[in-house]
This record gives sequence, C-alpha cells and structure tokens, in this order.
Amino acid sequence: MDSEAIIGLFKLRFKSYILDVIKKNEKRIIITVNPDAIIDIADYLYKSAGFRFIIATAIHSRKGFEIHYHFSKDSFGLILNIHVVLDKENPQIESLSNMFNASNWIEREMHELFGINFMNHPNQEKLISEGNWAEGVYPMRKEFK
Amino acid sequence: MGFKNYCFKKSLWVFHFGGASCNNCDIEILDCLTPRHDLERFGILLVGSIRHADVLLVNGSINIHDKERLIEIYNQAPKPILVVAIGACGCTGGLFTESYTFAGPVDKIIPVNAYIPGCPPKPEAIIAGIVKLVKNS
Amino acid sequence: MSKKTLIPIGPYHPLQEEPELFKLYCDGEIVKDIKWETGYNHRGIEKLSESKTYEQVFFLVERICGICSTSHPFAFANAVEEIADIEITDRTKYIRTIIAELERIHSHLLWVGLAGHFLGYNTVFMWAWKYREPVLDLFEMISGNRNSYAMFKVGGVRRDIEEAKIPLIRKILSDARKKIDLLTGAVMDDPVIHARTKGVGILTKQDIIDYGAVGPTARASGLAIDVRKDDPYAAYPLINWKVITAHEGDVFAKAQVRLLEMYESISMIEQCLDGLKKEKEGDISVKVKEIPEGIGNGRAEAPRGEVFHFVQSDGSNSPVRHKIRAPSYVNIATFRKSCIGQTIADATISLAAVDPCYCCTERMAVVYDMNSGEKIMNANELINESVRMTNELKKTIKLQK
Repeated sequence: MDSEAIIGLFKLRFKSYILDVIKKNEKRIIITVNPDAIIDIADYLYKSAGFRFIIATAIHSRKGFEIHYHFSKDSFGLILNIHVVLDKENPQIESLSNMFNASNWIEREMHELFGINFMNHPNQEKLISEGNWAEGVYPMRKEFK
Repeated sequence: MGFKNYCFKKSLWVFHFGGASCNNCDIEILDCLTPRHDLERFGILLVGSIRHADVLLVNGSINIHDKERLIEIYNQAPKPILVVAIGACGCTGGLFTESYTFAGPVDKIIPVNAYIPGCPPKPEAIIAGIVKLVKNS
Repeated sequence: MSKKTLIPIGPYHPLQEEPELFKLYCDGEIVKDIKWETGYNHRGIEKLSESKTYEQVFFLVERICGICSTSHPFAFANAVEEIADIEITDRTKYIRTIIAELERIHSHLLWVGLAGHFLGYNTVFMWAWKYREPVLDLFEMISGNRNSYAMFKVGGVRRDIEEAKIPLIRKILSDARKKIDLLTGAVMDDPVIHARTKGVGILTKQDIIDYGAVGPTARASGLAIDVRKDDPYAAYPLINWKVITAHEGDVFAKAQVRLLEMYESISMIEQCLDGLKKEKEGDISVKVKEIPEGIGNGRAEAPRGEVFHFVQSDGSNSPVRHKIRAPSYVNIATFRKSCIGQTIADATISLAAVDPCYCCTERMAVVYDMNSGEKIMNANELINESVRMTNELKKTIKLQK
C-alpha cells in the first residue's frame, strides 16, 4: 500500500463529498470536501486508515472561513489536508473532539480567535483569551473591502 | 552611608518575574546560578517570594493578562526595591510591540532602575548589569 | 528563616503565588482532577507573522521558544521551500542538521537538570547545566549567540561552518559524550530514582494515539514516530541513525529515551561533519526570486516532538496565513491521563516528564482540596513534597541494604 493507493480508497469512499483534489507530490495532498462529511471522514482516517491528527488551521479569506484539518500518515510521511469552506456570516462545523482528544484545544482556540462555532464540542470554554481580549472580539479576523 | 546602601552591602536577594517570554532570558538568568557563573558565591540568591527580595528582575513582553500581576508584585515588594528590565522584550517590548495582546513595556507599568538589553543577554552581561546597578545606587 | 522555604541551591524558577498553570484537585493524597489555565504567554505571533516579510519571520519564530529555538525556523523553512520548490544544497542540509542536533543535546540536558531538581537531586541539576555550557559555547562559536542562532533563511543558511572550526567541535563533542556517560550512569542506576520514576505517570500507546502526542513522550510509550525518519528532510536521509523507543510509558522510560537520544545526536553530528568535508565551503544558499502563490506544510523534529508550520502565500512578500503548532500543545494535554490517580508528590514529576516547553512550566501547579475547595499547597510546597518523598525513599532503601 502506498500513498497513491490510500488516496484512491479515500476518493472512492467519499466520492460524493469531494469538491476538489490538489496533489502537490506523493506526500502533500489537499482535498476540499463538503463540511457536512467531516465527522465521517475524520472517523475513517483516524479509526480505519491509521492517520494521526496533527492540528487544524483556520483562515479568514474572501471566500469565508476556511479550515484545513491536517492529518499525517506517519509510515508514508504523508500529510493530508482536509479543507472545508464555511459560511461567511455564521461559520460552524461539527466538533471532532468527541472522537479523539487531539482536537479539543485547537477547536477552542479557533473559536476564540476566529469566532467559528464547533457544534457539540465537549467543553467549548476559553483557552487563551481570558484576560487578554474581550468576548465577541476575534483578533484573527480580517477586514475585507 | 545611607540606609539604602547599608541594605545593599549584604547579599542580594533577587526575585524573578517572567512575563510573556520565550524563556531564553529566564534560562540565562538561571544559568547565572550554575557552576560556571555561580552567582551564589557572592551571596546573590534567587528567592521564591517577592516579600524577601531586594531586586526584581522582569523579562518578557508583558501582555494584558500579566500586567495586573506585575503591578501587584511590585506593590507587594518591600521598598526600597530595585527593578531591572532584562532582555529586548523587557526593555522595549522587542518584536512583540505590535501584537494585539501587548501591554508593556515594563517601564510603562512600573518604574525601572536598570536595563540589560540582549536577546538574550549573556549571563556575564546580566551579572555586570546587576553589579553596576548596585554600585550606583 | 525565610531560607527554609526555599530550595537552598537556588530554586529552579520563581514561583508565583497567584495565577497558576495547573490546578490540581485532590482528595487526600490523590489527584482527582486537573484544570489547565493559560493565556499568560500569548503574544499573537501568528498575526504578527502576516505583517512581516519572509526573511523577518525567521527572527520572529525563533523566539517562540528559547529552547527549541532552531526547530521553528527549520519547519518554517521547510514549509516555504515546499511552496517555491526550492532545492537546497547538500552543505546547507548538513549545517542545518548539525544545528538541530546540537540543540537536541542542549535541550535534553536542560530537561535532565530540571527533572533532577523536581526530584530533589539538585546536584544533577547543577551537573546537567554545567555540561550544557560547552554546547552553548559551540553555538556561540558557530552562530554568534548562545540561544536564538539566526542561522536559517529561505534557501539556505546564513553562516558557514568553516574547516578551521571543525576540530574544536569534534573535541567538545567527545568530551560531552564522556560527561553524558557520567550523568546517564548516575541517573539510570540510582535505586531511589527508579523508585520515584518507574511506574509513575504512565501513558499507554492508546493514550498517545488519542491525544496525538509526539516526540519522546510518544516514543517512550512504544509509538515509533519521528519526523526525521517518517518525512525525512535536510541531511537525515544521508546519515545512519536510529529512532530510540521504550515501552513502559512511565517517567523512567521518557528519561531513558532522552538520554539515549543524546548519544544518537552526537553520532549524527560527527557524520555530518564528515559530510561537510566533501562539500564546497561557502555553498550555503541558493538564489530565491520570489515565493509564488501556494500552500506549504513544513515540519521538523524538535527535542519535544513534531513542530508543524502551515504557510499560505499569495505571491507577495509576507505570508497570508501562518499557522504554528508546537509539540507541547499536544503533549501537555496528556497530563489528564498521566496525573489523575497519582499522588501529589508524583504529579510534579509526571508533569515535568512530558518536557513542556519552559514557557509553560514557568508557573507551575497548585493543589486544591476537592471537597472543601481550599488551596492546600502552593507551587513551592508541591516541589518540597516531591523532595520529601525522595528523602523518605532514600532512608527506606538505605535500611534495606
């Protein structure tokens, strides 16, 4: 099994949810998916395909709020970015933290910095903002003209 | 000799407050205690409570969360106390002045008696700075 | 009088009375719950990065953490060079690897000293930090600074390691090897250290996978992940070395992994110095015209684990988005598994075993009684409790002899 095969399996299984695939090389692949599928995708990657969750990156762009979930298949040195684009006005997505603990803190941080709501997060409390900035302020959001 | 000088003629007890720092300065301060520099042979001791200290070392760019703590620590300190700002972040805020959490630098929050710049300042520089400060006060 | 509340040979860090990092809730002697508070160190670095040029960002990311000061520029360089498809020269690869491995040695020695301090072995603290000094001298000779070396740039390194410096580097490394032998012998064979660290703060392989933990914390529980082997970069595929693992997942296993990694690092540096001989002196950078639009995922193996940088570029001089993940971010969360159920005295060493970046342990833990909510121990007292347990064990083991 190599990274080509793993991606092939993934594409077959989630065909209807995949919006775009960008393959930089054997070890760096970005797949844009429908946000509704995130729980099933993360479940498959973590439980069946043996990927490790590295971290998630939120981006505020003209398209809206984007998140890259970075998964690593250590035996191949492969980093798979699962990319979603969320709504501009009301960005929200299901939390992965009921499945594993690795995403618990980063989802809280993305909530504080960008204002993205992670639905059903076990404890969406403050992580770093206490005493540093006020409620309702999202320091990483940008102004777009 | 004045009362202040009398106090400082005996061994100096130093309290360290680390703000939002990368800890390079903290490690270099701790390094002053290790065998190569060995500040303790001069009787300079790092203490665990501000109430016993003669000198307050502050490093790190102070963020909003730390600002009140720093003021509280300064108020609890027995006067006279000498305040030393260590490192580029302590002296001027360093690279972090434009950050959305920046609330310093140290001399905007509490009065500072000496500045030891560097990123981080070498233990020799820290020792030289403290000795110079004590001689001049 | 006041000296009695202090650990005489200089406390490891100033312990604040108020804001705590870890709040331990206890029922009697046993830790039942932990709350983690933070925000003290938040400096908004990701946002600052967006207003700096790529060259300036190297200086910024170096100062995320003083101890892993090279790993962040390393991962960032990997990310940016990935976006622009830049091929670095072999000499660059060797120099980058030498700096990274020297940093691993100094960081592990630092940790050994701190762990010794938490257990009450202050001489271990003094020895370990004394043996660190020659490594810091090497850094000063190579880069000009003991910490924050500013060696990296896009497409290369900023300073060369000239032929004339190499004999001294080899000499200091071989001295370091002898000193590390002494330290390893003293630490690994001591029955009291065995008693304090074996079976303490255990993390199983499943815990590691659940939290996504990395570095020696993961390798001590049998999970052989190491970015240098899994996703090779710089000179790691060009030299011979092995990934060090252990299986018990306790504090002793974590210490063992770190001590043995130091020997591997010394061997790696020596091989890189041999490699440098074959490369042309001065061939340390390639011309970089611009960073095109794109995305880069860069990672490096810091002393604490995998450092990950995500960089998004739009063709301009500054990153559009720069995400930084330090290894301690995922490793510290494992305290829920390793500390709950332990005694208070064991909690300190379990927390320290994960080797959180100093930035995080600076303000240590405070103990609350679960039933009354009363604060029963502050950070100073917590360390004293750990030391007291060591002293008791010393007496017991002496009596058994």
